[in-house]
Amino acid sequence: MTAEIGHFALVLALLIAVVQVTLPMIGAHRGNAAWMAVAKPAALVQFGLIALSFGCLMQLYVTSDFSVLNVVQNSHTAKPMIYKIAGVWANHEGSLLLWVLILTLFGSAVAAFGANLPPALKARVLSVQAMIAVGFYLFMLLTSNPFERVEVPPINGQDLNPLLQDFGLAIHPPMLYLGYVGFSMAFSFAIAALIEGRVDAAWARWVRPWTLAAWCFLTGGIALGSWWAYYELGWGGWWFWDPVENASFMPWLAGTALLHSSTVVEKRDTLKGWTILLAIVAFSLSLLGTFLVRSGVLTSVHTFATDPARGVFILGLLIVVIGGSLALFAWRAPALVSTGVFQPISREGALLLNNLIMATAAAAVLLGTLYPLLLDAIGGGKISVGAPFFNAVFIPLMMPMIAAMAVGPMLSWKRADLIPALSRLKAAAVVTAAAMFAAWAIMTDGPVMGVIGAGLATWLFAGTLIELAGRIRLFKVPLRESLSRLRRTPRASWGMTIAHLGVAVAITGITGAGSWQVESIQVMKPGDTVTVAGYDFTFDGARAGQGPNYSIISGTFRVSRNGEPVVTLEPEKRIYNVSKRPTTEAGIHTMISGDLYAVIGDKGEDGAYVTRLYFNPLVVWMWAGAIIMVSGGLISLTDRRHRIGAPARRRAQGPASVPQAAAAE
Amino acid sequence: MKNRLLYIMPLSVFLVLAAYFAIGLTKDPSILPSALIDKPVPEFSLPPIEGGPGKDFSSADLKGNGVSVVNVFASWCVPCRIEHPQITRLAGLKVATLYGLNFKDEPKAALKWLKQLGNPYAAIGADTKGRAAIDWGVYGIPETFIIDNGGVIRYKYVGPITARRLDRDILPIIKKLSR
Repeated sequence: MTAEIGHFALVLALLIAVVQVTLPMIGAHRGNAAWMAVAKPAALVQFGLIALSFGCLMQLYVTSDFSVLNVVQNSHTAKPMIYKIAGVWANHEGSLLLWVLILTLFGSAVAAFGANLPPALKARVLSVQAMIAVGFYLFMLLTSNPFERVEVPPINGQDLNPLLQDFGLAIHPPMLYLGYVGFSMAFSFAIAALIEGRVDAAWARWVRPWTLAAWCFLTGGIALGSWWAYYELGWGGWWFWDPVENASFMPWLAGTALLHSSTVVEKRDTLKGWTILLAIVAFSLSLLGTFLVRSGVLTSVHTFATDPARGVFILGLLIVVIGGSLALFAWRAPALVSTGVFQPISREGALLLNNLIMATAAAAVLLGTLYPLLLDAIGGGKISVGAPFFNAVFIPLMMPMIAAMAVGPMLSWKRADLIPALSRLKAAAVVTAAAMFAAWAIMTDGPVMGVIGAGLATWLFAGTLIELAGRIRLFKVPLRESLSRLRRTPRASWGMTIAHLGVAVAITGITGAGSWQVESIQVMKPGDTVTVAGYDFTFDGARAGQGPNYSIISGTFRVSRNGEPVVTLEPEKRIYNVSKRPTTEAGIHTMISGDLYAVIGDKGEDGAYVTRLYFNPLVVWMWAGAIIMVSGGLISLTDRRHRIGAPARRRAQGPASVPQAAAAE
Repeated sequence: MKNRLLYIMPLSVFLVLAAYFAIGLTKDPSILPSALIDKPVPEFSLPPIEGGPGKDFSSADLKGNGVSVVNVFASWCVPCRIEHPQITRLAGLKVATLYGLNFKDEPKAALKWLKQLGNPYAAIGADTKGRAAIDWGVYGIPETFIIDNGGVIRYKYVGPITARRLDRDILPIIKKLSR
């Protein structure tokens, strides 16, 4: 019964979405207020129905109802409760349901809190949102119904892929999806603006918080996924340029560009067409990210399902959504008039540089991800594109970008002088040179990238702090005034400063773990000691044990440094009872200077085990950097102009807020 | 006008990509080309399954005896069990000689399997150590090879053969090679 209710709610949501697509759009065109007003209740009811549907699927998982195919394929009675719940979205059908749940949640948020939006814009935005929803509902109902029954229910389920039975991965997809779907809001606003033929500061102010929120979730989701790969796959790495990782990284790059260009639209009334295009591209890449890995077009370790019928539907959907919106863009965007003009050396120019580099990086990642597919399509054979390509393309693109990142915020809008900005960065240059020398002195034999990375991270960190100091006129005016300026700094500026500092911290981690990792793979008997980066790992043997739905082989390593005990690591190898598949749980000890990382492998002769031991320098800085970046985004999100909303109201409040272009002084 | 073209560019790029996707969809990602395609079969000579029926199976059987199909299977392999009815159907059509390569199997288990499901093979080579399979480039069973009259490997499929796969791919290729 529960399955039928869930299924029925989904069908009903489809019908409501069809109404939400048509009536408000026509209403907005004809100026019919009653038709436009339909969007609000429709969006709210849609969310209610999908929440009901999602609740039903969760109920089926929690009670292990094996008359439902999806539950049979992805659950098992012995599975811990948290993974029964996470199992809902750890599969193709369920993850789509989660996708539309978030989509309708956002849609209903616009419906409920968008009272200060112009009614026609609101109606059109919600109509576009519903179009996306219709596509997804049809896809689910026609090819991927999560509520499909089985005729003869089995006694127990087939269990969830053991790699996915992990806390990090239980919350990773919802985070990513909040990011992907957040870009759908920017997309809907972009399409609505194209239809209306108007993009202004008010529009940018509405798009920004959605983009910012999406960006925060996506940053968090990617960091979480990378962290999971780090401790669960047991390869000692944290980023593999796997198609699925790329699929989440491309929207992030486009979204980061969008975040920066929407500022230009808001402040300077220019770069409109470009910003609209970025909004379309960011969401298109999100769609591609959601679908590419599921359609069977690309195969990867993460792929949930390959099914030709789904592939055809997905391609059709992509053509309608992406092709349709880009056609609309080609038709309508030339009419968008920009009033702001600027010199190449200016804040706008710097933001445009950021945009170009980010877009190029996204295009390069897209090319690398799709290249095997493109080559195969023209009969060029099967190949795979790996880390060497991506590193060779991506890192050189990022280097000028990071270097410019310290300078950009110091430039004034419209027209700026590079010389004074650079002269303010003298101190940063000195610190950078010192850091590079230190990196070279400590890691003389390390790769040159290590020294460059240390330099870039220091340059950005110091440059960002100097910009903050300049903004509050530190040491130029009495300290009290500086502090008061610091207090009055708008949160959006704080957000920028903190996020940029986060990038510097993350680069530190990426450089450390990427350039100076120490790895040692060997066969160890109990009592053997191996030294890795000055740490002595003594193997004390392994023992067998039992988990809730898996058996364990757990090794014990005592780690000491210069005879002083540091920590005892207990990596595990788990064999899941149902699927017989093994997973690795690395033993990790995190320190600020780096991680001690041990993995136990297969058993050899006479009690010896294959072991992999790593020292991953500074790796925790990477996750810390991501957390700092996300906090920067969240702080910016609480800026008063987002809370106040429409610029008309802001004007009514008087000129109380600090001018944004404070850095221009 | 030049400006206008700039705005159409994103759409054009996307349409080109979409065309590639469409072609990509028609290709099965699970088909991996074998390095052995259009090469003569590797030299091997295998005894029959211990205590089982039949004669030796060697590379000589595959030359000059018309089109042959070599199916790599094992009793412990679940997908092999799934494809067995199709393999049996293929043998029944008598369009090619069907040989079996029993991969890393216990003789007793293999014989029980054949007794239970039927033995469609003209001869079965017991590759208990898996050495011959290495020469054949086998990496995941079931695998099925089609060999022409001259003893050259013409086609390889990895994974269980479904009815659709048999009708759409395997049989047409055999037909073409038989001409």
